[in-house]
Amino acid sequence: MIFLNFFISGISLGSIYAIIALGYTMVYGIAKMLNFAHGDVIMVGAYVCFYAISRYGLNPLLGVVIAMAACTLLGIIVERLAYKPLRQAPSLAVLITAIGMSYFLQNTALLLWSSNPKVFPSIIGRGAFKLFDGALSVSHVTVLTIATCLVIMIVLSLFISKTKLGKAMRACSEDKGAAQLMGINVNATISLTFAIGSGLAAIAGALLCSAYPTLMPTTGSLPGIKAFTAAVFGGIGSIPGAFLGGIMLGVIEIFAKAYISSQLSDAVVFAVLIVVLLVKPSGLLGKQLQEKV
Amino acid sequence: MKKILICTALVLAMTSCAFGAAFKIGGTGPLTGGAAIYGNAAKNGAEIAVEEINAMGGDVQFELRYEDDTHDAEKAVNAYNALKDWGMQVSLGSVTSKPCEATAAENFADRIFALTPSASSAAVTEGKDNVFQMCFVDPNQGSASAQYIADKKFAKKVAVIWKNDDVYSKGIRDTFVEKAPELGLEVVSETTFADGNDNDFSVQLTDAQNKGAELVFLPMYYQPASLILAQAQAMGYAPKWFGVDGMDGILTMEGFEKSLAEGVMLLTPFNADASDEKTKSFVAKYQAKHGEIPNQFAADGYDCVYAYKEALELAKATPDMSAEDICTKMIEQFTTMTFNGVTGENVKWAANGEVTKDPKGMVIKDGAYVGLD
Amino acid sequence: MTMRRLINLKRVEARRIYLTYGVVILAYIICQTMSSTKMLSSSMRGMLVPICAYMVMAVSLNLVVGISGELSLGHAGFMSVGAFSGVASAILMQSVIPFEPVRLALAMIIAAVFAAIAGFLIGIPVLRLKGDYLAIVTLAFGEIIKSILNNFYMGVDSGGVHFSMLTDTTRLLKGGRLIIRGPMGISGIQKISTFPAGFILVMISLMVVFNLVNSRSGRAFMAIRDDRIAAESIGLDITKYKMMAFVTSAALAGAAGALFAMNYSTIVANKFDFNTSILILVFVVLGGQGNMLGGIIAAAVLTILPEKLRQFSDYRMLLYAIILIVMMLATNNAEIKYFLSRLNPFKRREEAE
Repeated sequence: MIFLNFFISGISLGSIYAIIALGYTMVYGIAKMLNFAHGDVIMVGAYVCFYAISRYGLNPLLGVVIAMAACTLLGIIVERLAYKPLRQAPSLAVLITAIGMSYFLQNTALLLWSSNPKVFPSIIGRGAFKLFDGALSVSHVTVLTIATCLVIMIVLSLFISKTKLGKAMRACSEDKGAAQLMGINVNATISLTFAIGSGLAAIAGALLCSAYPTLMPTTGSLPGIKAFTAAVFGGIGSIPGAFLGGIMLGVIEIFAKAYISSQLSDAVVFAVLIVVLLVKPSGLLGKQLQEKV
Repeated sequence: MKKILICTALVLAMTSCAFGAAFKIGGTGPLTGGAAIYGNAAKNGAEIAVEEINAMGGDVQFELRYEDDTHDAEKAVNAYNALKDWGMQVSLGSVTSKPCEATAAENFADRIFALTPSASSAAVTEGKDNVFQMCFVDPNQGSASAQYIADKKFAKKVAVIWKNDDVYSKGIRDTFVEKAPELGLEVVSETTFADGNDNDFSVQLTDAQNKGAELVFLPMYYQPASLILAQAQAMGYAPKWFGVDGMDGILTMEGFEKSLAEGVMLLTPFNADASDEKTKSFVAKYQAKHGEIPNQFAADGYDCVYAYKEALELAKATPDMSAEDICTKMIEQFTTMTFNGVTGENVKWAANGEVTKDPKGMVIKDGAYVGLD
Repeated sequence: MTMRRLINLKRVEARRIYLTYGVVILAYIICQTMSSTKMLSSSMRGMLVPICAYMVMAVSLNLVVGISGELSLGHAGFMSVGAFSGVASAILMQSVIPFEPVRLALAMIIAAVFAAIAGFLIGIPVLRLKGDYLAIVTLAFGEIIKSILNNFYMGVDSGGVHFSMLTDTTRLLKGGRLIIRGPMGISGIQKISTFPAGFILVMISLMVVFNLVNSRSGRAFMAIRDDRIAAESIGLDITKYKMMAFVTSAALAGAAGALFAMNYSTIVANKFDFNTSILILVFVVLGGQGNMLGGIIAAAVLTILPEKLRQFSDYRMLLYAIILIVMMLATNNAEIKYFLSRLNPFKRREEAE
């Protein structure tokens, strides 16, 4: 039973990684860039949500919607100012700019909202479903996070494979030049990807802080790196891969803490990641790219 | 490179021209980054003390400057050097332990006296005659906590959850675990966390619960502690909780459900709810200025400045003295004087820089601190 | 040997190498003179050694990222291995070798050897991967090194050197000294790093890298970077060359780590985290991939910049972020570059002609 409880804790933690990883993977898959500022957009989303709910007493759902709007807007502005001018630049330059953006968002948050941690109000309360006469408990937040992950995953997959805009996105990801020739507005498509990714970040922020309720300007950065690891684990660019990678990373982390050593859990998590990548060099569900000569 | 150097020289020349009849007091602390809570609190506390003292218009006036060290030894030494260029005469060391170890070595080499508000590791003062602490040293907190738990017979079986990449947490844990068996306490469970895996505590709490710990000792700051309390409640685990001075501040987190901390015990030198005049006036001023209730770091920063005021008055030091002369006088004063501040009455210092003051055992009742004794 | 190679090089290439050496030597002479005549502020003087260490880090990472074309996000891990092994060996040698410069040099060599071993062990799995996957695995190794060092204890007493993991079980005899203390790192380090030592290390690392780049191996690195398959088809042993670049880079980083650590009285494993790795990558990218002088200048500028921004107090790091973004845009966006070149009267005249 303890094993099962740990398993459930692992899934709860993993579902949070998964929802952050979805945003990472979506942007990477289409724009081919590692957006290291994603974790900080999550933090901004969580703050907006916090103020909407705690200070202005709005309905939690409305709070999340406002946060999504704010983050989408933020994503568009960030993309417009910092990433768009670098479309033709080498990918490392964009990576560094994203890191600069991450510092910028963290320090702006520090000035706006101070360094004191805030306790986030859960968007659906702190209750739990009890199974087997209370021997197992699954918190409502976990169930909500997994459900949200699945919904986002399905909607995103459908959007990308069925709609016209989604097709444009896939075309851009395959070959920007050819897409341009086919009359696709590559710039607008990539901007749209960022807007969607940032909107998702707001949801991730609200769920992250509902599950682990302290909020600081640095809240997004470390889970951001973990989620990036999860996205690579599952095969970066693959939407189901991000979900699977996130869940697995969470479960491995909790099991490593419980059965190996709480002191070395991070080392164990990263060692597993290395082994998996050696066996499957493009992640669990990643596409093996054919090299052209 | 050359241009930058010339600029530096110019800036330096300009700043050294500005001369006032106040003591230049400087400190470094994390004002940005993950540890910014502590640095800003200490800085705000010190600022209020300086404003009060300057408003009173006595012989001792201060000019205070705090520089950001982002909780990093390298940046702390840079910040310290910037303060030295500014003409710092007495130093507030650094707010956090590791950076303070680095700046304390500089203080020692440059003969600039330092009184750190909150850098509590033993290595900060070790082997340095001019570095003093305002807070308890970590090893003492560990053994004092064990002693307190044993004396009051709170529990026999104890669990410890500590932060594995933190000097403060590790320092307290080491002496606690060493001292516990001598006092008849059994440490049944010992688990850790670190930056990056500090969200989920289910494993640590389950371990403590399964091994029958009646009390969980939390040598850590209040932010992770608040997560632990919430998760323990969610899993229906209700042991006794015992914290250290880093726990102070938990009640003032915006949005914190105070009921979660009901019954938590902690050893802390400062109590924002205390009814004495000094504390009341400090808390009121802090709240008016920053909209928050001051925590222990702010109180330590505040006390440091007042301790300096007293020592400088007693030593009849004047702002035109060199840092080195002031340093000699300060060593004399601090090893002999007795200080009363918001973090303790009859505070004394040993020659090695360690402070002696009584830790107050507190318990949280109905969302407020109540003395345990 | 070096001279003959340099003569054989294309003139442009040789000019660039001489320029790099020249700038470094000139900067050293200026700083050293200013420092000894007390014209340099304490703040600048305090940064001289770390700047040298960061310059070596930038040069060594440039070998992997710029020349060999692999993205590494865990370079600080090698710095960490070097810092801990270097400082620990310096402490052990304290009584045997009282002369500080020799002790420092030996410590840096030991640090380089340890870091090279770490680089070799990590290189075996890492170099089988490509692109972003290689990047994440280097990040993972950086984190693993940090995690291990946070749980590592080493002490010395009359019975010899003792090690332990997770908890301190070294049980030192009386008079022994616990050197590495897990999360508390190493305390009470003798500050024996000096600016001249830093300068020598920068020069050595430049010589090593330039010699390597302009040798047969160096041409192989670049062939592999530009077209792996073509390079493989002409019979280049890809793994061997990649490993050579990786291990050399790790060794230099290790020496830099030792130099850095012995400039402070204390060191912890957390200092060498993901953020430090990223910082070094920023030096390389901002300075131009493969451009050693660029990386060196970027390392100096980005170390001094946050200190110069202190007058803006609360807005310091915000300004730093903005300046970083603007610098990246200015050096990488075609339109902005063109706009800037229009502002430069010399460039404009050239264009007009």
